[in-house]
Amino acid sequence: MSTTIDTTIDTLRFATAGSVDDGKSTLVGRLLHDSKSVLADQLEAVEHASRNRGQDTPDLALLTDGLRAEREQGITIDVAYRYFATPRRRFILADTPGHVQYTRNMVTGASTADLAIVLVDARKGVVEQTRRHAAVAALLRVPHVVLAVNKMDLVGYEQAPFERIVEDFAAHAAESGLPGFTPIPVSALVGDNVVARSTAMGWYEGPALLEFLEEVPVGAEAPDAPVRFPVQYVIRDGEVRYYAGQLASGVLHVGDQVTVHPSGETSQIAGIDVLGTARESARAPQSISLRLADQRDVSRGDMITAGVDVPALTREVRAAVCHLAERPLRVGDRVLVRHTTRTVKAVVEDLGGAPALSVNDLGHITLRTADPLLLDPYAASRRTGAFIVIDPADGATLTAGMVEP
Amino acid sequence: MNPGFGHLDALESESVHIFREVAGEFERPVILFSGGKDSVVMLHLALKAFAPAPTPFPLLHVDTGHNFPEVIEYRDRAVAKHGLRLHVASVQDYIDRGVLRERADGTRNPLQTLPLTEKIQSEKFDAVFGGGRRDEEKARAKERVFSLRDEFSQWDPRRQRPELWNLYNGRHAPGEHVRVFPLSNWTELDVWQYIAREGIELPSIYFAHHREVFARGGMWLTAGDWGGPRSAETVEKRQVRYRTVGDMSCTGAVDSDADTVEKVIAEIAASRLTERGATRADDKLSEAAMEDRKREGYF
Repeated sequence: MSTTIDTTIDTLRFATAGSVDDGKSTLVGRLLHDSKSVLADQLEAVEHASRNRGQDTPDLALLTDGLRAEREQGITIDVAYRYFATPRRRFILADTPGHVQYTRNMVTGASTADLAIVLVDARKGVVEQTRRHAAVAALLRVPHVVLAVNKMDLVGYEQAPFERIVEDFAAHAAESGLPGFTPIPVSALVGDNVVARSTAMGWYEGPALLEFLEEVPVGAEAPDAPVRFPVQYVIRDGEVRYYAGQLASGVLHVGDQVTVHPSGETSQIAGIDVLGTARESARAPQSISLRLADQRDVSRGDMITAGVDVPALTREVRAAVCHLAERPLRVGDRVLVRHTTRTVKAVVEDLGGAPALSVNDLGHITLRTADPLLLDPYAASRRTGAFIVIDPADGATLTAGMVEP
Repeated sequence: MNPGFGHLDALESESVHIFREVAGEFERPVILFSGGKDSVVMLHLALKAFAPAPTPFPLLHVDTGHNFPEVIEYRDRAVAKHGLRLHVASVQDYIDRGVLRERADGTRNPLQTLPLTEKIQSEKFDAVFGGGRRDEEKARAKERVFSLRDEFSQWDPRRQRPELWNLYNGRHAPGEHVRVFPLSNWTELDVWQYIAREGIELPSIYFAHHREVFARGGMWLTAGDWGGPRSAETVEKRQVRYRTVGDMSCTGAVDSDADTVEKVIAEIAASRLTERGATRADDKLSEAAMEDRKREGYF
């Protein structure tokens, strides 16, 4: 690895989703191992644990083994994060377990992912969980989906079963509104098409999984993305006020005309400070602070925008939801809604006709809020179109919401 | 990704967002500061996040009494330079008062939990920044950025909240607090590259120097009045550096000639051992050592 700091290298955040026994742990272990991200003491621990279980070869699935608390209590903690890098790119992997709470787990992992790998066992094909994973990837608007058809060694590396699964998945993907996906035949156990292209499947001409992960384009924001700056904190330096936050979308320049919401007051950007350095412009997702040309009443929870494209100011929130908590959410429940840096009280008006949502349910919600929110459709922005529902009694996170147009 | 906005910029921006969220949502936050590189980077980010105003957070040092003098000197200099308020929770105090007893192996790392927890309670800290990174260890890999702790500082995996997008939920009952990990997504190499880029000063023991050490449990430990070396252990002078900074009794040095940040980065990039595997005796106690300490309220 180069020791100079390469500022052009970027990060791919991706999530893995699979059902029980389709080899996800082995695939993740293989990616880490074959990309040389596993260090000697970790491998030694895995070899030791494998020997204890009577296995001759190191079981790569043990690299992602759970905590003792999970084994003892029969629970799974939703997401484990893993980090590795190749000379091309850095990777943050949200490894979501495929058991009981798989929908909740995948929603959590997918919320920040640029790409999701949906894993299918070549012998079993598309199952109920696979359809769920496709639906979640579509709902959370994960920009890229890879369909990894695993255990190809167990179907003789043949093209026909692979093609059948791809066709089957394509039908469900279209139904879920998934814009597209990239199918890759792999064997995590043997290593075919994981890091290096396999010689066993001459009929497959696409990239190996890691090659695809290294090359898929990420993070590029549309050049005309509207400016959204949720105010996090007001920094006071003597008489001067700096409005601190992370640009959620768009580009801001010194001199831009801006509007503060919800007050509707307007002003001009007098200065942009990027962590101690004055700049002429800033771009999402930079953390910055702003000075305005005029004295304005701005506080945490407000949003600053520029241009004619402004978010909807509303007390009625309609959204697609995934319910995350064991306790159900019912029509009439009083809740808190956390959207960008703003938290408001709300009441559940409707749940798409259902009386309640249970854990892992995907559905629809209408909320009436005590104070207005500044909403963009989730389809337009994953930052300003997303919210969580919180139980005011104990602060538990109940539901994930994606604003509908 | 945007041109000129590389992975260190993305990590920095994310961490600053976390610091500002805490400043906006909590009454009494504090930064755990050991003088180790991760806490030094945390402080650097906390200063940048609120510039040109001073950082709104005080520091809390859990003092094991087995400190490297170079690190204490660094801590005091940092506090003076930035005009910070420093809280200290002292393990030695607890031992002197008879509340805690010295362990047979002489290591004081596990003894830090009680003084830390009681200090959090007595000062009513509601958000406690820790420098933990998810790449460090498998229990940490499942840690949230905002991690809810009960009044005994315990980490209950079943009570951890799903954490979606960048919407951090810091709500807690009176007496509870939230541990916040702004460096969650950083790796050891990221931390060093950032130190190099920003020109951040570190305690001198991170760089190669000559030191009297002895071998124990496959590591080089520093001789000192904390309980080493024992009779069968022989002291020798070697060129070493530290990859992590903790209690002297369980933090090992590695043989190294890396005397600059650039050489340290080259050394880490080529290393075949994790930093904890190479230098922390406390994590070798059992397969679930970190998990057990975490549940009890460790960092």
